[in-house]
Amino acid sequence: MYTILKQIARTGIVTEPAPRADPSLRQVEQRLSETVLRHFGRALAIRHVDAGSCNGCELEIHACNGPHYNPERLGIRFVASPRHADLLLVTGPVSRNMETALRRTYDATPEPKLVVAIGDCGCSGGIFGESYASCGRVSNVIPVDVAVPGCPPEPVAILRGILAAIEVK
Amino acid sequence: MKDLLPQAERLPGPLPAWHASTQDLRPIAEKLRAQNARLVALWASDERTGFALHVAFALRAGLLWLSVPLEREHPRYPGIADLFPAASRMQRAAYDLVGVHAQGGADHRKWLRHGAWPAGQFPLRKDFEPASAFEPAPDHYPFIRVEGEGVHEIPVGPVHAGTIEPGHFRFSIVGETILKLEERLGYKHKGIEKRFEQLSPEEGARLAGRVSGDSTVAYAWAYAMALEAATGAEAPARASALRGIALELERVANHLGDLGYLGNDVALTFGFFQFWRLKELLLRAHGAAFGHRYLMDFIVPGGVARDPDLGGLAEVLAYIKEEVAVLRAIYDEHAGAQDRFIMTGQVAQELAAHLGLTGVAGRASGQDYDLRRDHPVPPYHVLEVQAAGHIRGDVSARISVRFEELAESLRLIEALTAGLPPGALRAPLPGLAPGRRGCGWIEGWRGEVFVALEAGADGRLHRVHAHDPSWQNWPALERAVLGNIVPDFPLINKSFNLSYSGHDL
Repeated sequence: MYTILKQIARTGIVTEPAPRADPSLRQVEQRLSETVLRHFGRALAIRHVDAGSCNGCELEIHACNGPHYNPERLGIRFVASPRHADLLLVTGPVSRNMETALRRTYDATPEPKLVVAIGDCGCSGGIFGESYASCGRVSNVIPVDVAVPGCPPEPVAILRGILAAIEVK
Repeated sequence: MKDLLPQAERLPGPLPAWHASTQDLRPIAEKLRAQNARLVALWASDERTGFALHVAFALRAGLLWLSVPLEREHPRYPGIADLFPAASRMQRAAYDLVGVHAQGGADHRKWLRHGAWPAGQFPLRKDFEPASAFEPAPDHYPFIRVEGEGVHEIPVGPVHAGTIEPGHFRFSIVGETILKLEERLGYKHKGIEKRFEQLSPEEGARLAGRVSGDSTVAYAWAYAMALEAATGAEAPARASALRGIALELERVANHLGDLGYLGNDVALTFGFFQFWRLKELLLRAHGAAFGHRYLMDFIVPGGVARDPDLGGLAEVLAYIKEEVAVLRAIYDEHAGAQDRFIMTGQVAQELAAHLGLTGVAGRASGQDYDLRRDHPVPPYHVLEVQAAGHIRGDVSARISVRFEELAESLRLIEALTAGLPPGALRAPLPGLAPGRRGCGWIEGWRGEVFVALEAGADGRLHRVHAHDPSWQNWPALERAVLGNIVPDFPLINKSFNLSYSGHDL
């Protein structure tokens, strides 16, 4: 126990200043009312859905939850079920084998809800494109509020996209 | 190799690899099994006049790639899953994608095909249009049921409760104890191998780097090695050394992440935050040196894309080395964590050998194979890589292997950086002559990544097969969890940390 406490004290706090929303990532006008957004802004529950990515975007979503970014201080936390979620964070391209699971996850998320597509593939289908096995971009399957490009987008970009989704006009 | 197959032809390039066409798959496979050869990959291709089944084996001398011509009307071959159990799912995938049929008591359930294309359609046949779209159909998959008093099932996925790739796990349990686990994968199948055929050989490198993002360096290198062998290009010495540095950095980054999550999964969140702090420092150093946090698109056919500025890296790596030593002592002495790690999710040595377990998980179960040591290509030929190992085959052994490999990778990076030769970064890539073939085989952080490449008559990519070590290790996970309790599944799963994308293609 002593060595753990010593290591914690030696490390100190590495969390960096919080990023700001990036409104340029919005795909559609804000649909939710200011009242709803004020609630979300203080306690946003996110369900991540990997709909067919190469797992590169997942690496950066994991990194978002590391101590440098610490999204929980912004009221953002990742939850284990779409039924607990306000926002779906979806990586793509959406494989045809995940199309139904993604639609069902979207349907299981209670209204009002938001969707943020992550990565070049989530935004456009990326290098995989559309084919017999890939539906391409996330918005080909479910409505998308914010899309964050990058291969993969860095943690700050992902957080700026999430914040843009809950930004009050 | 000549004793086994007189017609075997050495493929060009630094890798000791041979190719042979044969009709005697079964006798050769039996002989190889008796010699303790390992199955590396099995795939199929459409040769227009007929089909071909391809099997790659790891022998003591190197890699043997067999091609078995199959007739057009009823393409079939004798299955080899009884000799090499890992072949079973590969045979099923080869049927789903190309329509070649394994005979002889093989499992014929579909594997990569869910509802996206109907039975009787085979996406990797040349007459299959890549943009075909079919009405999605439900995926009726015949799971094997366990019955008896008190037995019940827990279906998990494809959408999981964390930031994890999609796949389905069907647990049959009594109380908390797992009686059976059956995996259903293929959810991420996004047509990667068909996509290769639409790309130029150079463009294929970008796609190869996105087969499994966490192993982008290993795949980009394996693809480059395959294309270089097929075209006769040779990467300059400086490029080889930089490739080695990149591959070891990828190993360090992934092992740091896994060690953090393994702490997290036994409620030692301290471990998660400590290791992820170190991983983030490394990723930032990658960004500063290579222009990308995961080193994507750094390795290109012929060499590397740019000259990284390695100045700042040494300091970060030295710091990581010190901190990891402190954290290893804390993990080792933490009674609560060790209680969860030790004897959890065990794969005994004999079972590991039978199933062909590879990579980190294989070495933790006494499978003493490491391509960097066994078949070293430049820059590894002068480094005398020390392979890590353990025999207990439990979560604790897989953690131990990661700690040891992390330390060895840091040593290798230091040696490679100190001896970095001057010179060119990239050799010109000659055109891909019709009918040429090459393969790449790389010890990625997870295990052996293999890429086989064949040129078509038009000098384009006729067939590219990318093989992830997860093919070998997923079936072993089904065995590792038996008799364990359900709450230990996330821990056991994480200790393997297998790729879904790399497997589903």
